Amino acid sequence: MNSTVFAPWDDPQEKPLIRFRNVTKRFGDFTAIDNLSLDIYQREFFALLGPSGCGKTTMMRLLAGFDNPTEGRIELSGQNIVPVPPNKRAVNMMFQSYALFPHLSVWDNIAFGLRRDNMPKHDLADRVEEMLKLTRLEKFARRKPHQISGGQRQRVALARSLAKAPKLLLLDEPLGALDKKLRQDTQFELMDIQEKTGTTFVIVTHDQEEAMTVASRVAVMDEGKLIQVATPDRIYENPESVYVADFIGDVNIIEGRASAQGEDTYRIDWAEGQAPLLATSPRPFSDGDTCHLAIRPEKITISADRPEDAANAVQGKVHDIAYLGNLSTYHVELASGAIIKAQTANTRRISRRSFTWEDPVWLSWTATAGVLLAN
Amino acid sequence: MTRLSWFNVVSLTLGFAFLYIPMIILVIFSFNESKLVTVWAGFSTKWYGELLQNEAFLNAAWVTLKVAVFSSTIATVLGTMAAYVMVRGGRFLGRTLFSGMIYAPLVMPEVITGLSLLLLFIGIGLDRGVLTIVLAHTTFSMCYVSVVVSSRLVTFDRSLEEAALDLGCSPAQAFRLVTLPIIAPAVVAGWLLAFTLSLDDLVIASFTSGPSATTLPIKIFSAVRLGVSPEINALSTIMIGIVTVGVIVASLVSKRNSVRQQQEEQAAARAQ
Repeated sequence: MNSTVFAPWDDPQEKPLIRFRNVTKRFGDFTAIDNLSLDIYQREFFALLGPSGCGKTTMMRLLAGFDNPTEGRIELSGQNIVPVPPNKRAVNMMFQSYALFPHLSVWDNIAFGLRRDNMPKHDLADRVEEMLKLTRLEKFARRKPHQISGGQRQRVALARSLAKAPKLLLLDEPLGALDKKLRQDTQFELMDIQEKTGTTFVIVTHDQEEAMTVASRVAVMDEGKLIQVATPDRIYENPESVYVADFIGDVNIIEGRASAQGEDTYRIDWAEGQAPLLATSPRPFSDGDTCHLAIRPEKITISADRPEDAANAVQGKVHDIAYLGNLSTYHVELASGAIIKAQTANTRRISRRSFTWEDPVWLSWTATAGVLLAN
Repeated sequence: MTRLSWFNVVSLTLGFAFLYIPMIILVIFSFNESKLVTVWAGFSTKWYGELLQNEAFLNAAWVTLKVAVFSSTIATVLGTMAAYVMVRGGRFLGRTLFSGMIYAPLVMPEVITGLSLLLLFIGIGLDRGVLTIVLAHTTFSMCYVSVVVSSRLVTFDRSLEEAALDLGCSPAQAFRLVTLPIIAPAVVAGWLLAFTLSLDDLVIASFTSGPSATTLPIKIFSAVRLGVSPEINALSTIMIGIVTVGVIVASLVSKRNSVRQQQEEQAAARAQ
């Protein structure tokens, strides 16, 4: 294995830190987790991503021990932890609401877990100071939680959950309460701290950008099932289903019928009167199969004239322009009424923009730009 | 601030007069020289002196205090436990029945509570005295405590307890180290409420007290039936004084706390 790439999930020798084995969790008639199996490895920063109600928070509560699975096993370092109560697990959690103890100072909040282990006084003070330093909270040690700001509270919660040096740290929407700028800074801080401490992090989030930024691997969930588990770049570039492609980032989905055209290349008939599209796919399709071409807006080129030797080119007119400062997204309406989004970097000043509303334009992309999906 | 109109001043004065003139008269006549309650014969504190010589009143006061302390403490422990089970117990079999039975004494006529307790004590052959009054007071003041405590528990962030468990507390430790300190103001308020209820209860105490133990309200009530004496006025004045001081101290403390918390929160907002 190459030492510079961190990919224990590709190494069959590696033993996972956490194993979900056919775990099902039902609340009454509602199935929150549906026969789910998953391996998470040591030192990973693992993100559980999905819409609300997809079961990601339940996964976290199962790991912390606040809920028990209806069926199946959860193993931590090879040991079944289902019968172990939360206070006996080498797992700590950072709560969405931070759950700081309001009657204790920052210092005592961080020391709380260490005191439960009857750590000698001197070691305890050292450990708390170390945590305060790690999270840059030295100045606020004597304050009560209501005397510090939201960002500082978030760091106290992190310091408190890391103080016991858990094997596994769970973070439940840890940055949800922060504003966007602070959130971005804190994401990098989290990654730094994770690297410094070498702790395995499992983060729950509904913010796909956050998951992409911090995680070594992302699990996209829906209705209690894992839809895809992969590195952020694979999730983005090689989604395995239309659901994942659509959930992560912006995407155009073009539905059509596939027919083979040479090795790994397929012709897609997608609309009356339109030239067929060409796309490569390692996944085999039989002739006549329904297929979906998922293509990211930034991989589509927009031009005034039909480009020479483009594998795919369609004509339309500019329906709408979303100006984002650094980027512009053009919504181009085709003759069929379908809208395709194309994104370009704004390397020139806005007054020099080449296209405006109602301009006829050509959209083009290569045969390898998109991903061909069955469903 | 709106200016007080003529109408407002008059109605305010009448209202306060209706509430407080009886008490003011009582206080004034407690310093009366004469034995006749309604005839003023000059200032004197002799009734206070006589009160201190009166064994029966002092005994009754002592019994009342003991009963109030014991019953309110037991009621606070039981009421807090009941509140915790009702708010945190989830849905268990008979939950509605349980909560209904806890709150029933709130609406039960005191006479009936007292009578049924009397029948019970006679039935099991328990001699009436301090113990039976404590039991009776615990029974009816427990529901007040559990109302006060459960209203605090409802707004209590559950994840605080989960955080305590997560950091290595047993459930009992989590309650002692996290839940109890946070709900302490409500528990103290519940205790004070139970204490006050026990202190001035007449009906239930008169059913459950025996010849060996009489509480102050019973003593006052039976003394008044033989005619209002200046001693009773003196005793009542002392009780009004204690209650007034208690109320003023409690409000000063809570006001100082809220001012301090506000200042700290403003300081935190500036620090951001």
